[in-house]
Amino acid sequence: MLAYLSARLCSLALSLLLIAFAPPALAGPFEDGVAKFANDDYSDTEEAIGVVAGSGNPLAFPIISALQDGRLMADPDSKKVYVTGTDGKSIDAATGQPVASVPDSASAVRLNNRLRRSVDAAVGGLTLQSPDVGTRLQAAQSVFKSHEETALEAVDAALAKETSRSVKTALGEARAAILLFKADASEVEKLEAVATLKVRGDQEVMALLTGLGDQPPSVTKAAASAIGSIQSSLAIWSMVQNAWYGLSLGSVLLLAAIGLAITFGVMGVINMAHGEMVMIGAYTTFVVQEVIRTRYPGLFDYSLLIAVPLAFVVAGAIGVLIERSIIRFLYGRPLETLLATWGLSLVLQQAVRTMFGPTNREVGNPSWMSGAFEFGQITITYNRLWILVFTLAVFAILLAMLRYTALGLEMRAVTQNRRMAASMGIATSRVDALTFGLGSGIAGIAGVALSQIDNVSPNLGQSYVIDSFMVVVFGGVGNLWGTLVGAFTLGIANKFLEPVAGAVLGKIAILVLIILFIQKRPRGLFALKGRAVEA
Amino acid sequence: MLSKSIHDIAASFSRRGVLAASASLMLGLAPLTGAKAADDTIKVGVLHSLSGTMAISETTLKDTILFLIDQQNKKGGVNGKKLEAVVVDPASNWPLFAEKARELITKDKVSVVFGCWTSVSRKSVLPVFKELNSVLFYPVQYEGEESERNVFYTGAAPNQQAIPAVDYLMKEEKVKRWVLAGTDYVYPRTTNKILEAYLKSKGVAQEDIMINYTPFGHSDWQTIVADIKKFGSAGKKTAVVSTINGDANVPFYKELGNQGIKAKDIPVVAFSVGEEELAGIDTKPLVGHLAAWNYFESIKTKDGSNEKFIKDWQAYTKNPKRVTNDPMEAHVIGFNMWVKAVEKVKSTDPDKVIDALPGIEAPNLTGGVSKMLPNHHITKPVFIGEIKGNGQFDVVWKTPGLVAGDAWSKELDGSKDLVGDWVGKKCGNFNTKSNKCLGSGS
Repeated sequence: MLAYLSARLCSLALSLLLIAFAPPALAGPFEDGVAKFANDDYSDTEEAIGVVAGSGNPLAFPIISALQDGRLMADPDSKKVYVTGTDGKSIDAATGQPVASVPDSASAVRLNNRLRRSVDAAVGGLTLQSPDVGTRLQAAQSVFKSHEETALEAVDAALAKETSRSVKTALGEARAAILLFKADASEVEKLEAVATLKVRGDQEVMALLTGLGDQPPSVTKAAASAIGSIQSSLAIWSMVQNAWYGLSLGSVLLLAAIGLAITFGVMGVINMAHGEMVMIGAYTTFVVQEVIRTRYPGLFDYSLLIAVPLAFVVAGAIGVLIERSIIRFLYGRPLETLLATWGLSLVLQQAVRTMFGPTNREVGNPSWMSGAFEFGQITITYNRLWILVFTLAVFAILLAMLRYTALGLEMRAVTQNRRMAASMGIATSRVDALTFGLGSGIAGIAGVALSQIDNVSPNLGQSYVIDSFMVVVFGGVGNLWGTLVGAFTLGIANKFLEPVAGAVLGKIAILVLIILFIQKRPRGLFALKGRAVEA
Repeated sequence: MLSKSIHDIAASFSRRGVLAASASLMLGLAPLTGAKAADDTIKVGVLHSLSGTMAISETTLKDTILFLIDQQNKKGGVNGKKLEAVVVDPASNWPLFAEKARELITKDKVSVVFGCWTSVSRKSVLPVFKELNSVLFYPVQYEGEESERNVFYTGAAPNQQAIPAVDYLMKEEKVKRWVLAGTDYVYPRTTNKILEAYLKSKGVAQEDIMINYTPFGHSDWQTIVADIKKFGSAGKKTAVVSTINGDANVPFYKELGNQGIKAKDIPVVAFSVGEEELAGIDTKPLVGHLAAWNYFESIKTKDGSNEKFIKDWQAYTKNPKRVTNDPMEAHVIGFNMWVKAVEKVKSTDPDKVIDALPGIEAPNLTGGVSKMLPNHHITKPVFIGEIKGNGQFDVVWKTPGLVAGDAWSKELDGSKDLVGDWVGKKCGNFNTKSNKCLGSGS
């Protein structure tokens, strides 16, 4: 969106220039600066950015923003530099004259991270008075980050004209950041600056205040107290953050385990190939996206919505096939089931490896699942948020299905008392197949969501199968609510342990805790009572 | 029948599938053809996982050796004999590596083995190669601290990858604060130990170094990425040095992108992320993050050797999008060195080849000439590349010349006096202080 806006702005500026303005083609510092872009040397490019941004020349903004987008072309032979507009038309960067075409020998001016920072700062300084509120806010933030003295005048000028409140605050913070690092700013100004920044109170402010360097003692003291208060507020936020990460991890665990809660929890089949059903769902997403990319690129944002039912059908059908061809012969023989499904999982992995190759496949995030937003002092990423929502929706639908549909009723009847159910006229073997298919189908749906945060590779399933068993056993076999509570408990416990113990030890600690817990309560959190237990 | 139907499915999906399927067919056939092969071929063992976790990286290396053998045979083979590949699948299973290595050497009677990826697989086959006295070419960047008579290390030692990368960040990006993040096993642990010692010798304080390990295949990076962000907000320029290996990289980079950590704020330099790994990610949010390697596919050479290699490789694999990467180049160098050594001594006898290899030179794919050193490591250029939007790298820095690989790190107290020298001293861990060879006991 922003790239689009700046591109629009840039082409607007370009066309205005072309109509109204043709600067004289005299060699001055500006022209010399522009020519430096053609040297393909990072230091020269940095110098050129400084010269062009500080020149006040109306071509400065189009040049710098073209540099940011990789549209600034330089010809190393003739030392000429061109700005290619988003509309495909080009101008000579030094004179602003339109050119028919950019020579083939020209290539885009290269940037490294250091230069990208300079470019951002320059664009910030140049767009502080842009007509668009979003651009101004962005500009104020990049000035805040670079906090270079040279931008102070521009910030003051922008502040005087600014009408939007949020931009005004951002400009005020940018001004404070500049003053804080300005050598000749008065003590009063600096103290005010510290106070302004304290209100903002986030990690970037912490970065500024801790890197302050030599300051008058009163400023150092104020900064130290500001750091203290920010730290304590950040500590509270980090608890909130852990809780959120825990919920998010819990939702992933729940999603992976929910299908197993049916096949293992309800039917009692130790299904080691459960992870591969998840993987098949992820590969279905890949195939759907691949078709969309080549045939209907406009539908990309809907790719996941299309993939969900397809993944359910594909994984579910494979599940039914497995049940009919293997598992139905092994009911009541858990050890054989375990070995057979383990072998099956290897077969499925290698089949997928043969079909799609051993390397990761790229599954893209639709635009509504990319990026993040700030909630207070924590960053919440959209993909995690949607996965949480999606998981809860799948859980609710499954619960409703078991409770309110005829199939759900038959499933419960068969698992509670098979012979009685058969006597009542329920085709138990058909229900078995459908139940296993349902569990596999839900695992497939989980694969669609997990493809958004994990690798789509033949090994995808392996990493989830152990965790899934852990959740189901911990929550209580045969109880969906137990799976829900178990998943979130494990997720949150893991995330509170991780910052203390590290990822490796955290995981070990969780395993030990579960083992101890199972010793105490062998049937998990929510034990099923009644006849089913004995069955 | 089953393999036939799999083959059909594969054919309808992709060319690459066909390749893989035929490779797996060939796998089944390999011992058969091996048994009745005549004496007029030289057999080359390929010991790379074609299934299991590491198949993602190692399958390409198997294809590379098959490609190199194909090319060499078109040139008439070696010493008038055709080369013949014997491919086995150790299935990412470390003890199986040792078994398969033994099978290759004793049953299939191969003259040389190209193989292994993880350090643990290399450690597992070492005793076999020593006992049966055969030759292994190991193509992957690794933690160093090893120099064995039977092994030739064509990947980078830490001083050919990790140290130059840190130097680059220190000088160019003015980094003052370091996150060393790695997967929890021997390569990251040793590399980080070396880096920590190196950083401290450059005056970096203990509180400016954060070391973090995660399990294999770690997929929930939220906490760690948030920690990195927090660590980076202490007013000093911060960078992440990543020795995260394998599958865990994709979710790590996705989380970085989603939490909005841009390369211009906190750059990540990775030692295990190459063109192949990036093929599974949308790289636009990652533009500017770095990787240190001795080869990048995007490197332009004056004599066009890299361009030609890529063209031939894509023609051989019949896939115009197939990428090349650093361990592949290592195999190319190693293979050509081996061919030269065999041609020089007119024999495939392991003792003669091992003695002939040090000093042999072979062109690398970036326009230089690499040389096998007495410590069985090679000289290589070091490049720092930035990730571009198209999944390739743009070289932003390179060492002025070739860097000689150190078998023993100069940064660690335990190894700074050791050298490997299989030419003069006939010893892999010669202590220059006490003037003694420590031998295999240490």
